[in-house]
Amino acid sequence: MESLIIIALMVMMLVAVWLIIQSRNLFGVVVLSGVYSFLMATVLFALDAADVAMTEAAVGAGLSTVLLLGALYLCKSEEGKPLHRPWFPLALSVALTLTLMAGTVGLPFFSDPMAVIHQHVVPRYINDMPAEIDVPNIVTAVLASYRSFDTLGETTVVFTAGAGVIALLRRRRNGVTNAK
Amino acid sequence: MRNDLILRVVAKLLIPFILLFAVYVQFHGDFGPGGGFQAGVIFAAGIVLHALIFGLDRTKTFLPEPWVESIMALGVLLYVGVGLAGIILGGNFLDFFVLDADSITGQHRGIFWIEIGVALTVAGVMLKIFYMFAARGPIDE
Repeated sequence: MESLIIIALMVMMLVAVWLIIQSRNLFGVVVLSGVYSFLMATVLFALDAADVAMTEAAVGAGLSTVLLLGALYLCKSEEGKPLHRPWFPLALSVALTLTLMAGTVGLPFFSDPMAVIHQHVVPRYINDMPAEIDVPNIVTAVLASYRSFDTLGETTVVFTAGAGVIALLRRRRNGVTNAK
Repeated sequence: MRNDLILRVVAKLLIPFILLFAVYVQFHGDFGPGGGFQAGVIFAAGIVLHALIFGLDRTKTFLPEPWVESIMALGVLLYVGVGLAGIILGGNFLDFFVLDADSITGQHRGIFWIEIGVALTVAGVMLKIFYMFAARGPIDE
């Protein structure tokens, strides 16, 4: 039943992607990419990744849709005809897709408890976490305590991204002295 | 969108619950799915909804742009501060065991504060990017 739901959602995502490719109306494309993100969030929820699903719904479907709509205000909402047929990008995309698909062959099956990644530090986390940290959600314990250096790096990356956007989009007041 | 009655009423009903859900995800992160990143993103989404419906100028009256810029940096500083507190109390950088006499309480304390740091930075960055995009175009009309 669960895999049936996931397959149905995947088919809907494929339809959304096909419509995005076909459409030349950028407003429709932005809305469809929001739909795609919501379907992705539902798939992630069906895979029991509720925190990732929350992030996907809020960032992918919410905030980035709003940002794309804001960008759309500044340009034409019809996509222009390309000057020449994009054969090279198409070949590159197909080659990359085939490479990634070939790569998935080597991955362990979904939720396989014998996968390599579950044999390394995971048993230690699961066995020692109640005595060391004792929070019910082991994901929080791993992210915030065992791997808090990684999370510090992640937070710094988010901050740096924000600082970069400020540096790029800052309004330059030409000739007007900024009386701060 | 300022004159659309239905959107205004629905937004007024929804925004408090979106912000409350962000706070729930933040402080319930130890027990259920979620944590600082998700809470910051949901909080930012609630504020963005307010700006879309009521206009960016009204949003800036209760959340001015300098505040948003400040909480961006404040989150990272809070995170690093928790790490430095570990050194001051005789442990390593980001060592939560020494934050309290009982090491498990110390772990809980450390996780609590760094999650708040993550949420502040994420919410600040998302809102700052939105503010900068919205200020360039007529999105609040």
